[in-house]
Amino acid sequence: MTAELGHMALILAFCVAAFQAVIPLVGAHRNSARMMEFGDRAAVGQFLLIAFSFLALTSVFLSSDFSVKLAALHSHSEKPLLYKISGVWGNHEGSILLWVLMMAGYGAAVPIFGKSLPPRLKARAIAIQALVGAGFLAFILFTSNPFERLNPVPMDGNGLNPILQDPGLAFHPPFLYLGYVGFSLPFSFAVAALIEGRVDSVWAKWLRPWVLVAWSFLTIGIALGSFWAYYELGWGGWWMWDPVENVSFMPWLAGTALLHSILVLGTRHSLAGWTVLLAITTFALSLIGTFVVRSGILVSVHAFAVDPERGVFLLLLLGIATGGALTLYALRAHTLRDPVPFNATSRDGALVLNNLLLTAALATVFLGTFYPIFIDALDGSKISVGAPYFELTFTPIMCLLILFMGIGPMFKWRADTIKRLRVPIMLTLKVAALVIIAVALLGKSILGALALGLAAWLAFGTVLAVGRKSNWSRAGVRAQPASTWGFAGAHIGVAIFTAAVTSMSVWGATDIGTLKVGDSLSLGKYTYTLEDVGGGQRDNYNFLAGDISVTKNGRDVTTLSTERRFYPVRNQLTTEAGLHLSFGQTLFASIGEGDPEGGFVVQVYRHPFVVWIWLGALLMALSGFVALADRRLRLPSSKEVAE
Amino acid sequence: MKLRGLIPLFGFLVLVGALAFGLTRDPRILPSELIEKPFPEFALENLEGSQIIDPKVLQGKVSLVNVFGSWCVACTTEHPQLMAQRDNPDIQLVGIDWRDTRDAANRWLVRHGNPYDIVIFDPNSKLIVELGVTGAPETFIVDREGKIRYKHVGIITPKDWKDTLRPLVESLQ
Repeated sequence: MTAELGHMALILAFCVAAFQAVIPLVGAHRNSARMMEFGDRAAVGQFLLIAFSFLALTSVFLSSDFSVKLAALHSHSEKPLLYKISGVWGNHEGSILLWVLMMAGYGAAVPIFGKSLPPRLKARAIAIQALVGAGFLAFILFTSNPFERLNPVPMDGNGLNPILQDPGLAFHPPFLYLGYVGFSLPFSFAVAALIEGRVDSVWAKWLRPWVLVAWSFLTIGIALGSFWAYYELGWGGWWMWDPVENVSFMPWLAGTALLHSILVLGTRHSLAGWTVLLAITTFALSLIGTFVVRSGILVSVHAFAVDPERGVFLLLLLGIATGGALTLYALRAHTLRDPVPFNATSRDGALVLNNLLLTAALATVFLGTFYPIFIDALDGSKISVGAPYFELTFTPIMCLLILFMGIGPMFKWRADTIKRLRVPIMLTLKVAALVIIAVALLGKSILGALALGLAAWLAFGTVLAVGRKSNWSRAGVRAQPASTWGFAGAHIGVAIFTAAVTSMSVWGATDIGTLKVGDSLSLGKYTYTLEDVGGGQRDNYNFLAGDISVTKNGRDVTTLSTERRFYPVRNQLTTEAGLHLSFGQTLFASIGEGDPEGGFVVQVYRHPFVVWIWLGALLMALSGFVALADRRLRLPSSKEVAE
Repeated sequence: MKLRGLIPLFGFLVLVGALAFGLTRDPRILPSELIEKPFPEFALENLEGSQIIDPKVLQGKVSLVNVFGSWCVACTTEHPQLMAQRDNPDIQLVGIDWRDTRDAANRWLVRHGNPYDIVIFDPNSKLIVELGVTGAPETFIVDREGKIRYKHVGIITPKDWKDTLRPLVESLQ
């Protein structure tokens, strides 16, 4: 019964979305307040219906109702509670349901938080949001019904893929989707603005918090995915330029550019056309990401089910949404003229440079990811693009970006001169030089020294910029708006991230050996000793466990427990690395096959400062949320306007 | 309307065209012309770097040629299936280590076990491109004359082995 109710709610939501996509548009055209208000109510109603449907599916998974095909395929009665819940979105149908839930959630936020928006802009944006939402609801109902029943009913479920049974991955998709889908609001508002033929600072100011929200969630989502790959896959890498990773990274790059260009639009009323184009692009890239992952068009290590029918449907959705928006852009872009020309040495100029570099970085990732498809289309040969390409092309652009990030925020809006900033720039340069020399001497790596120097340049430049903004006084610091702290935190997050990636790749160490109980391996000052090996059965898997004690200069540091797990239901083998996460040296060991006589294969790692990769990303995301508190981003409420 | 405004739309249409084309080309299907054809020519070092391997190693025995890499997560899942065939006298296991470094591959093989009789080292996708491989793991069955008889994309599950690969290998003996 629950499944049928959920299905009904979904069908109703589709009907509501269909009306919501048309009536407010007509209302805005005819200037009918009643028709426009319908959109407000429909947006909330659509969200409630989908939320009900999502809860129904969750309850199906929780009660292990295996007469529903999706639960039978992806759940198991013996699965731990957390993974029964995450199993809801750990599959194609459920994850698309999660997508529409969030899409409707963001849509419902417009009438709730957007009371002061111009009514026609609001009505149009709500309608566009519903139009895309209706497309996805149709996608679920016609190709991926999560509530399909199964006959005969199986005794037990098939189990969730064990490699996905992990807290990191349980929360990775929801955050990623909160980000992806969050960019649907800028998209809807961009299209609404193109219909109106004007973009102004009210538009930019209302939208910027939502761009921040989506961007912050996407940052968390990507970081969680990377962290999961690091500790669950157990081979010591945190990013491998896999197509599935790249397609989540591309909306991030575009979103970051959008975040900065919308700032220019809100403050200086320029970059209107470009910002609208970026808003469309960012969401289009989110759609492309979903398309790539769900259609299986690019083969990747993340194995997902391939279904051409779904691929065609998603491509159609992508084509109609993005193609429609870009056609509108082609027709209307010339009306969004920028009133003021740029001055290269100014905050505006620096932000334009930021956008150019981010776009260039986006283009290299895009090319590397889709090159195999283009080549196949042109001459039928199959090629693949690996990490070396990305390291060669993407890294230099990012280094250049960081170089400008260090001093860009010191410039004033409108017009400034390098001469005025000579002192702080020279000071930052000296700090960076000092770091480079110190690291080169201590760390014995020129590359490491240059990269850490770059990070220091950025961090120190950011601190200087905040100091100058507040005139080096305590009162000035206290008077800084939230967006200053958001900027400072995010930029320092990038500096931390850069430093961590550098130290991990330059000074990390690993070794492998066949150890009997009592034998040890050494990495510098650290000694890893295999203390104990045991096996047994737990929850839904069998395991072989090894305890490895680690000492530093003879003093105990920690004991790492590593496991090899075998999941009989799926006939799948996974490795759980024994991980000692630390702000300094992260130590980590994994056990392989072997026997007590011949010894067990053990691999050990020492990764300095690797956790700061994710802490840096987390700082960026949190800074995004901090910047939300900025009062200047609030629009005057309708009451204030009336007064 | 200015022509400049059309540029994004045009770029997008090219992309959609390519994506639509990509949909019709299942990356998991071998260009059919390779099936029943001799294994493509190649001369690559083995993983140890001690000798050059060429298609002659595929003569006289039924071979299972498996594309793997230490970076490939799915390969770890497939690995027990290959390990189970390590001592099967009817079949020669040939690994192609793809987009990898010798160090990483050796570590991976030591850790998970080495089921292969021969490992071909292909860091620059030379042989892989000839084979039309787009992802790992991927597996070819090659008969005694060195002709490709079957291609399997993705993980070999116990069911795949039992229903498809084992009967095929037995029929080729």
